[in-house]
Amino acid sequence: MAERSFAREVERLRLGQGDVFHGEGILAVTKALLQSGVSYVGGYQGSPISHLMDVFADADPLLRELGIHFEQSASEATAAAMLAASVNYPLRGAVTWKSTVGTNVASDALANVASGGVKGGALVIVGEDYGEGSSIMQERSHAFAMKSQIWLLDPRPNLAHIVDMVEHGFCLSEASNTPVMLELRIRACHMTGRFAAKDNVRPAFTLRDAMNAPVRDTDRIVLPPANFLHEHEKIERRWPAAIDYITAHKLNERFGPDEGELGIIVQGGMFNTLARAMEMAGLGDGIGGLDLPTLVLNVTYPLVPAEIVQFCAGKRAVLIVEEGQPAFMEDAIAAALRRADVNTAIVGKGTFPLAGEYTGAVIRAGLEAFLAEHGGRAAPAPPAPPALSMAHVPARPAGFCTGCPERPVFTAMKLLMRELGPFHVSCDIGCHLFSILPPFNIGNTTMGYGLGFAGAAAFNVADAKRTISVMGDGGFWHNGLTSGVGNAVFNKSDNVLVIVDNGYSAATGGQDILSSKNAPATRSGHHRIEDAVRGVGVEWVRTVETYRIKQFKAALKEALTTRESGPKVIIAVGECMLNRQRREKPLFAAAVKQGERRVRARFGVDPDVCTGDHSCIRLSGCPTLTVAPNPDPLREDPVAAVAQDCVGCGVCGEIAHAAILCPSFYRADLIHNAGPWERRWAKVQTQVTGTLQRWSDKRRLARLA
Amino acid sequence: MTRPLRLSIHALGGQGGGVLADWIADTAEHAGWWTQATSVPGVAQRTGATVYYIEIAPPGPEPIFALMPSPGDVDVVLASELMEAGRAVARGLVTPGRTTLIASSHRIFAIGEKSAMGDGAFSASAVLEGCIASAKRLVLADLDALAAAHGSIISATLLGALAGSGVMPFARQDYEAAIARAGVGVKTSLAAFGAGFDLAAASPPPAIAAPRRAVAVPEGAALPALAERIASLPEAAQAFARLGAERLTDYQDKAHTARYLERVEAVAQAERALGGEGALAAATARHLALWMSYEDVIRVADLKTRASRTARVAGEVRAGQDVLARTTEFMHPRFEEVIDMLPAGLAQRLQNSARLRRWLTPLIDRDRQVTTSSLSGFLLLWGIARLRRWRPLSLRFKVEEARIEAWLASAVSAARGDLALGIEVIRLQRLVRGYSDTHARGLANFAAIMRELPALAQRGDGAERLAALHRAALADDESRALTAALAALAEEAPAVAAASAEPRPAALAAAE
Repeated sequence: MAERSFAREVERLRLGQGDVFHGEGILAVTKALLQSGVSYVGGYQGSPISHLMDVFADADPLLRELGIHFEQSASEATAAAMLAASVNYPLRGAVTWKSTVGTNVASDALANVASGGVKGGALVIVGEDYGEGSSIMQERSHAFAMKSQIWLLDPRPNLAHIVDMVEHGFCLSEASNTPVMLELRIRACHMTGRFAAKDNVRPAFTLRDAMNAPVRDTDRIVLPPANFLHEHEKIERRWPAAIDYITAHKLNERFGPDEGELGIIVQGGMFNTLARAMEMAGLGDGIGGLDLPTLVLNVTYPLVPAEIVQFCAGKRAVLIVEEGQPAFMEDAIAAALRRADVNTAIVGKGTFPLAGEYTGAVIRAGLEAFLAEHGGRAAPAPPAPPALSMAHVPARPAGFCTGCPERPVFTAMKLLMRELGPFHVSCDIGCHLFSILPPFNIGNTTMGYGLGFAGAAAFNVADAKRTISVMGDGGFWHNGLTSGVGNAVFNKSDNVLVIVDNGYSAATGGQDILSSKNAPATRSGHHRIEDAVRGVGVEWVRTVETYRIKQFKAALKEALTTRESGPKVIIAVGECMLNRQRREKPLFAAAVKQGERRVRARFGVDPDVCTGDHSCIRLSGCPTLTVAPNPDPLREDPVAAVAQDCVGCGVCGEIAHAAILCPSFYRADLIHNAGPWERRWAKVQTQVTGTLQRWSDKRRLARLA
Repeated sequence: MTRPLRLSIHALGGQGGGVLADWIADTAEHAGWWTQATSVPGVAQRTGATVYYIEIAPPGPEPIFALMPSPGDVDVVLASELMEAGRAVARGLVTPGRTTLIASSHRIFAIGEKSAMGDGAFSASAVLEGCIASAKRLVLADLDALAAAHGSIISATLLGALAGSGVMPFARQDYEAAIARAGVGVKTSLAAFGAGFDLAAASPPPAIAAPRRAVAVPEGAALPALAERIASLPEAAQAFARLGAERLTDYQDKAHTARYLERVEAVAQAERALGGEGALAAATARHLALWMSYEDVIRVADLKTRASRTARVAGEVRAGQDVLARTTEFMHPRFEEVIDMLPAGLAQRLQNSARLRRWLTPLIDRDRQVTTSSLSGFLLLWGIARLRRWRPLSLRFKVEEARIEAWLASAVSAARGDLALGIEVIRLQRLVRGYSDTHARGLANFAAIMRELPALAQRGDGAERLAALHRAALADDESRALTAALAALAEEAPAVAAASAEPRPAALAAAE
C-alpha cells in the first residue's frame, strides 16, 4: 500500500480514441506504454518515477484484461534482467527506475541485453534525478547509454510529444534490435498537461505464446564467440539502422528560421527552459516562434552526424545547451564538424557553467553571453541583487516526519554515544539517512542502497571499537541481505548492524516489500527479516521496538560490548507513521462516530516548568516539537511546545525518561465515548482535586496579598 | 486580462502545497486555459522547503511552458510561511515591477532555530522589509491562524487570498468549483477560502505577528505592602523587582521575598555609588529572582497540581464535554534531587555514605509516570508541593544561597572596576537553569567562566569578552565552543598582560 492511492489515475488509463488525457508526465508514460502494446512492465520505485510503479500496482485488473504482466522488481538489476523476455520473442517490455543510482544497479543486466540485442521493443524509462530536488550523486545516465550502446531519448517536455516518443522508442528498438532508454527529468515527470489518447493495445504475441513455444538462439547469448560478433553487429548493423530510423521519422526537431548566422543545438529535455530564456531575451514569442535556428535533439545518443553538419554548415557560431558533465554531446558535435571540415565555432561549456543544473537564469545568462560575443548584441545590465540573501532565512534540511519510528533509533544512538564516546557509523539510503542532518548529526558515509553494512566491511580488525551500520528494510531486501549481512557472516565481522524495519520502502513513497504486513493480495508479504538474517548465519539477533528508547539503547550497548563473535544484528521495528496514520485515522474516526470507546494520545509541555534549554528538541527533531515565546517575562529564551498535529507516538516521554531531561512533558490521553462509570469516577476525582486546588490557591493568594 | 501568468508556490513538506497547486491548475483548466503545474518534491517532502510551479496561458495556440520559475518572470508568489516568503525573495523570484507576493506571516521554526540553546529565531522584521522592498503588491497576514479558525488548512486561505487579490483572471465561483471538484473537506475549505478572499480583497497593510511583549507590570499588582520599597529602587529595576517579588512570594514566602529585596537594594546602592543609572539593579532584579526560585521537585509538583494548569491542559488538548482527558507526567527524580530536599544535616550524611547511596539509588532513581488526573497521582504531587514550607531547611536551599551570595559579591566587585562587566556577571545566571544534566552542565559552564573573572577584570574589554563566553556556552551542549573560547583566552592572556606592562613601541603607536 503506497503513501498515495492512484484509483483516479487508474481510471484515466482506460481512456481511448477521442478522449483527452489530463495528468502528470510520468502517468502519461504509463498510458503510452498501454497504447504501445507492451507485454510486461517491471521496475524499482524511487523519485521521480515512483508514481509509474504505484499506478501500475493499483491497476491490476486493467493489466490482467490487457494480458500485461507487471512486477514490482526486487531491484533495478531484476527489472533490467526482465528485458531478457524481448531477446528471443517479439514481446514489448518496459522497465523503470531512478537514475543514475538505479542504472548503476541495473548495468550488468543492461550490458548483457544490449550486447545480444532484442527482437521485441525494450524500453528503459529512467527518471533523471538531477538538480534541485535530487537526493543522489549528480551524474548522467548518458554515460551508460554510450558505454553499452543503448539509444537515449531525451524528449522535449510536452505530454503529447513524450507519448509519441514512447511509441517511437519501441519502434526504434525493434528497427535497430537495441534497447532504448527514455530519460525524463524530475520536473518533467511531475509536470501536468494533456494529450489526445488512443486505444490501449493488447499485444498480439503474448507471454503465454512465448512460454509454450520457447525459442533458442545461441547467437543472442553473451558467450564466445557470439559476444565478439555482438560488438561488430552493434557498429555495422544496429547503429546505422538506428540512424536511419531517427532520420526517417524526424525524431529530432527544428524550430525557428531555416537559415541564420547563429544557431542553437539543445537537448530535448532542456528545450522549454531555453525557449523561456529566449522569450525573456526578446528572441521568442512563447508559443514556439524563435528568432534563431534551433535544433532540438530528442535523441541525444546516437547523434546523427549528417544532421549536425547540415545544421552547422554556413553558421558562424552554434550554442550547445547540454546540461551535466562530461560534455559528451558537445565533444561529439565538435568531432563531427572537424571530420566534415566545418569551421563553425562551437560555444558550450565555458560560456555555460561546466557543472550544475541549467536553470532558467543560468541558460539566460549563457545565451546573453553567446549573443554578446558572437551576435554583436550588447550585454544586458546584470539584474539587481535580491533584497534578501539566503543568510536571512534558516536552512530547512529534510528530517523525520511527525511520529516517525526511525527517530528514536538515533535518539538512542546519540544518548549511547554520550556514554561510550563516538562510533563510526556507516549509513545507507532511505529515510534513516536523515540521521546525518541536524539535530542528530550521526553518520560517516553512505555507499548506496542496501550497502550500509558493506560500507563498514574494511573495519574488521580485532581490539577496536565496533562500527555501527544502518540499513532500511527496503535496502535489506534490495541487496543488503547478501552484500551486507551474508558478507559479514562469511568474513567473520564483529560489527553491529541496525536494520530499520518500518514495513515499507518508505522513502520512495511507502511501497510494499517482502516483509510488509499489509501487502495486497497480488503480492506475498509477511516474510520476516529475522528469519532471513538467521538463515544466512547470524546468531546474535535482537528484535526491538524502536519507540522503546531504553530497551533499544540497551540492545545496542550489548551489541557493541558483547564478547560473542560474529555480526550483531538489531532489527528495529516500528511501522512508518505516514502509512500507519493513513490506515488508522479513518478507522478511529469511524469507531468514534459509532460511539465506541477510543483513546488517542498527544503530548504537551508545561511552559512554566520548561526553562528553554531545548535539549528535548536536540534529541528529537520532531516537526511538532517546536518553540513558543516564554510566558514568563523574567525569562528570555523561548520554551518548548508541542503543536496540534502531534500523533502521540510517545517518543517525547521516552526521551524525557531516557535522557533524564526535565519534567515539563505530559501525555494527555483523550478518551472518546467514555462509559458512564468512567465518567462518574472522573467527576469524583475532579471534585476532590478541585477542592484541594481551590484550598491551595486561596493560601497562595493570601501570601501575595 | 488575457496574458500568460506564472505562479510559484513555496511551502514546507506536508503543508499541502500540492493541494493548492492542484486547485489553481484545475481552476485555470476548467476556464479553458492552457495549464501546466510541476514540482520538485523529492526528499524535501519530509519537512524541507518545496516549490510548486504553475504556468497558465489563455486559449489559443499551444504555449511553451517553462518547468521552473526564473527571476523576473514570476507574476505571483504564494508562500505558506514567512521564511519561505523570504526564501523566494532571496532566490530573486519576487521582483518589484511584476510580482504579487501573497504570504502567511506565521512562523514554522526550522530545526536550527528550535534546537538552539537560547533563542535561535531568525529576524522576522528583516524578512518583512525584504518582502516590502521586492513585491509589486504584498498580501501578508497570518493565513494559518485564519485557516485554523475555519477548521481548515492554509492551502484554502492562500487560494482565497489569491482569488481575492484579483491578480488572476478567474471569478470567485471558478475557484470554489475547483474546491468542490477535489471533494476533500469541501465545506471547511470553502469557509477558509472565503476568509482568505475577504482578507486579500480588503488589502490590509502587511503585518507580522507582534514581537515579544516588553515586560508588563500587572495593574493592581499584588504585594501592596512592598510597593513603596520597590518604588524606591531605580526606575529601570522596578518592573522586574515587582515581578520578582511576586514570583518569590509565590515560590516560597514573604521572608524569602524580603531577602530578595534586600539583595536588590544592596546592589542598587552599590551601583548608585558607582554613578550607575540602574542597569545593574535591573539585571539583578531579573536574574536574582530566577536564581532564588531555582527549579526543584517541590516547585514542579506545585506547578503541575494547580487549578490553572488543569485548565490550560484541557484547553490545549481540546478536551471537552465528550472527551475525557487523562494527564500523565514524565518524571525521573534522581538520587541527588531527592536528597536535595532533605534537611541539610541528614542530606549530607546520606550523601557521604556510599552504602546508603548504593542502597537508595535504585529505589529513587527510576522513570516515573504520574497520572495527575487520578487521585493517587495528584495526591502524591500535591503532597510534595506542600513541602514548600520546609524548603529553606533543605540542603539544596543552603547550597543555592551560598552560590547566590558568591555570585552577587563577584558581580558587585567586578562592577567597581567596570559597571558593564558587573552587569555581564549578573546575566550569566541564564546559564544556570533546568534539571539534572542540563542544570549540572549549565552550572559547570557558569563556574568555568567565573574562574576567568579576575583575569577579565584586568582587561579593558572584559565585559565584551564575558558576553562572548556567555554566547559560547550557549553555542552547543557539549561545551565545545566554550572550551575553545576559554583556551583562546588563556593563550592570549599573557600577551595582553605583557603588552599592558611594557610601554608601547613607538612604531606601533605611530601606525595607529
